[in-house]
Amino acid sequence: MKRRTLLASAALGLALAGAPAFAQDVPKIGFVYVGPVNDGGWSQHHHEAAVKMKEHFGDAIEMIEQESVPEGADAERVLTQMALSGADLIFTTSFGYMDPTINVAAKFPDVKFEHATGYKTAENVSAYSARFYEGRAITGYLAGAMTKSNKIGYIGSFPIPEVIRGINSSFLHAKKANPDVEMSVVWLSTWFDPAKEADATQALLDQGVDVVLAHTDSTAPLSVLEKAGAYGFGQAADMYDYAPEPRLSSIIDEWAPYYIDRVQAVIDGTWESHNSWQGIGDGMVGIGEITGPVPEDVKATAEQMKADIASGAYHPFTGPINKQDGSAWLAEGEVADDGVLAGMDFYVEGLTAEIPN
Amino acid sequence: MDPVLLVASIMVSATPILLAAIGEMVVEKAGVLNLGVEGMMITGAVIGFAAAVSSGSPVIGFLAAALGAAVLSLSFGFLTQYLLSNQVATGLGLTLVGLGLSALVGASFEGVRAPGLGKLWIPGLAEIPMIGPMFFRHDFMVYVSLLLVAAVWAFLKYTRAGLILRAVGEDHESAHALGYKVVRVRMAAIFFGGACAGLGGAYVSLVRVPQWTEGMTAGAGWIALAIVVFASWRPLGVLIGAYLFGGVTVLQLNLQAAGANVPVELLSMSPYLITILVLVIISARGVHGAPGSLGRSFHASA
Amino acid sequence: MIRLEKRPQPSRLWTIVTPLLAVVLTMVVGGIMFALLGKPPLEAIRTIFWDPLFHPQFAGYSRPQLLVKAGPLILIAIGLSIGFKAGIWNIGAEGQYIMGAVTGAAVGLAFYPSDSVLLFPLMVVAGALGGWAWAMIPAVLKTRLGTNEILVSLMLVYVAENILASASSSWLRNPEGMGFPGSRNFKQWPAVFNDELVANTGMHWGVVAAFIAVIAAYVLMARHIQGFNIRLTGEAPRAARFSGVSPARIVILCLGISGALAGMAGLFEVTGPAGQITIDFNSGYGFTAIIVAFLGRLHPVGILLAGLLMALTYIGGELAQLMLGLPGASIQLFQGMLLFFLLATDVFTNYRIRFAKGELA
Repeated sequence: MKRRTLLASAALGLALAGAPAFAQDVPKIGFVYVGPVNDGGWSQHHHEAAVKMKEHFGDAIEMIEQESVPEGADAERVLTQMALSGADLIFTTSFGYMDPTINVAAKFPDVKFEHATGYKTAENVSAYSARFYEGRAITGYLAGAMTKSNKIGYIGSFPIPEVIRGINSSFLHAKKANPDVEMSVVWLSTWFDPAKEADATQALLDQGVDVVLAHTDSTAPLSVLEKAGAYGFGQAADMYDYAPEPRLSSIIDEWAPYYIDRVQAVIDGTWESHNSWQGIGDGMVGIGEITGPVPEDVKATAEQMKADIASGAYHPFTGPINKQDGSAWLAEGEVADDGVLAGMDFYVEGLTAEIPN
Repeated sequence: MDPVLLVASIMVSATPILLAAIGEMVVEKAGVLNLGVEGMMITGAVIGFAAAVSSGSPVIGFLAAALGAAVLSLSFGFLTQYLLSNQVATGLGLTLVGLGLSALVGASFEGVRAPGLGKLWIPGLAEIPMIGPMFFRHDFMVYVSLLLVAAVWAFLKYTRAGLILRAVGEDHESAHALGYKVVRVRMAAIFFGGACAGLGGAYVSLVRVPQWTEGMTAGAGWIALAIVVFASWRPLGVLIGAYLFGGVTVLQLNLQAAGANVPVELLSMSPYLITILVLVIISARGVHGAPGSLGRSFHASA
Repeated sequence: MIRLEKRPQPSRLWTIVTPLLAVVLTMVVGGIMFALLGKPPLEAIRTIFWDPLFHPQFAGYSRPQLLVKAGPLILIAIGLSIGFKAGIWNIGAEGQYIMGAVTGAAVGLAFYPSDSVLLFPLMVVAGALGGWAWAMIPAVLKTRLGTNEILVSLMLVYVAENILASASSSWLRNPEGMGFPGSRNFKQWPAVFNDELVANTGMHWGVVAAFIAVIAAYVLMARHIQGFNIRLTGEAPRAARFSGVSPARIVILCLGISGALAGMAGLFEVTGPAGQITIDFNSGYGFTAIIVAFLGRLHPVGILLAGLLMALTYIGGELAQLMLGLPGASIQLFQGMLLFFLLATDVFTNYRIRFAKGELA
């Protein structure tokens, strides 16, 4: 009854039949976004990087985009339509597109796909993601150094490995700056809800927190922090509008170099599927200028840390580190391997709350 | 957890839904069910933001938001009152239109900063220990929302116009027979509801966040609808409901921030379960809280 | 003065003319909007309404996709329309849709990785029961206590959304999903994957069910005594009571049918096109179906067409974004306009316009 092979070959036939209608003069590059391209956060940064990529290549490529595509059935249809329209390379920029990307890619072996923040790859599907935890080491360090109440806060979206890594990395480095620091974590179950992000920031402030690290997308936390005279960081974008205070620095998603690189590979015919996880050294994670009343020595240490992470001299998860329950995770000098980091589902020692499940 | 800060936070976080809900309550009291609150709120959010940024005055922003959302709500009014379209479907359409329109209008205001709204300390009262910081050190819109609740309460209870509005909502045939202009009363109520929703939206974009981003009201309009039901169509109930619904969110976030393990989903759904319970209790007592003509089209056959 | 005079019977002519008129009006006003946005209006309109059906490159794929998109909308809207005819306002189909998907998926996943042929039918039954049970809450409250079903069913949507959130992030989460929210993907489990029955037709079990529902609803409403009772309850409740129709039974029946159909739609969607339970799996089908029910004038055939039209604007809207770079919000606004015009022109079906002198309210 299930005719998946038939379906695949029929779709393939369709794709081939459709191909000649669009003369393949220049490569066509597609982008699919989960939010509107002006959401001020995740989708906007992918879109801006896509625009930079387009400016880089000019008329040598054609770019098509689709915004506000729900994850699931709609994503699969949109991807198929893009592939049918003659796209050569499609970037699917949200985790929820992982299975749809894999499914559509199986039907279009000649179209290349790049899926952001997932873990599945195929012959024609790459996965790419950023080592944001490297950046969070630096913002965490600054947070630890700048708190006067010894309480810092972290606004999380969903308890997925990406966010848990960020929490652990921030906390470990906040402790380096200030051994007495405590961290409160608030989960919002959303990536984007400005009002809720503002409320969460206020809740943290009410609990005596005076530096907030946000892992959600809007600038709402910075607006609230500004009013309260507390500190925070740019997330995803530099958010330099909020410098010198409350914004002390920022973690910037730098997708453009990667996009240019991958599109170039398609033009050159050298594109190959890979699973890429890039950090500060590769230029995918940017650290915004350190501003505000950060003391010179703290600033120097933070910048040294950034240089060491970039050069590979320092890994943010270097032992000795214990897990939350006190059991040993990394021995002295041992460095976390990517497999454990990719599926990280535990807090490090010193964090008091539990990870919700 | 500091109760003073908690209460102050709840008041701010509840103000948008309070404003939208008190407006919707008046609309429903007139017998009209407008499910488009979310669309009107987001329209108010963008127009208020745009006007405040352009003029540099948050007050002008709020006025423009009220007017803009109210004008939008008239499209709903025209369809449902004059062309007798179904209110449920039209309300859903209004939400679609509002979300789409606001995103197009607001595209050029992304990333812009709004003029701030200062705190207005009520002289004397603001100095009272505990009570002062909780209730009397807010921005003026918080007081406006409370005054509005009081005004609606007084209007419905003591004025002749309020009596007519309730009569129209309870039984539009009889109201018509008594010579009341059913359609006009309802249009006025819809206009008022739109204005209130617009104020609520503008409070989100001008005070609570403050910034404009597409889709930023994120479902607050639907919560406002729930609050009206929770309140069983009474102004005081709306006040309690808004603070309860807003309070649960703030409390939940505060508990998390204080390090407690919170069943987030259970807490988030609790206000709705309580609302159903309230509905059940009022109907079990045999009083039907809902206005008699709620959601029904009126056409004067004579 | 213009006034409206109720027609003794809805005009057959206008029933057919008004949707066309509304589409034309939407094209005109929408075209102006697209022009204001600096996009070619005619091309945009053609992309939305014509290309999904006839574009040489896309139509082969998007025509079947119309069925995939319209299937759940039609299935839910059919159920709702029966209730609406009886004056029973279930606006919580979104919640019933979610609960059907969650219940059905939970039952299926409990047997993972069974490859029994009985499992999928079992899941369909579970999905229908899930939606039915969720609809029985407002039904029982209404019949026992007279509680307003509009409001209860709407409140239950929010409750269902929270249940969905907890299902996708904890108790139905894929144990092999690297800690990410979301259940196992049914597309990778052939025994329960609700695939296309014939390749490249878009026909999966949910679409088949939608077609069956259209026919069944037609027969029920036009030929069956219960259908007569339902209509009578809606049009003349008192007459219905005199002729021995139990209002409570009608409430239970109507909410039960709409809940079960919405639940089934959810199950077919989660095991088919969507593939998995995720936190925002629902994507508003339950609410859009209300719109579809009204666009279809609560008539089964009308709903079939309205569902397809709605699907057309979705898919055409996507193509317009893709090919012309239209902003997503403009498509949303376009759909809102279409709905407004359809609702506005409906007045001609039920009323005559009279131009007369004199003061009228």
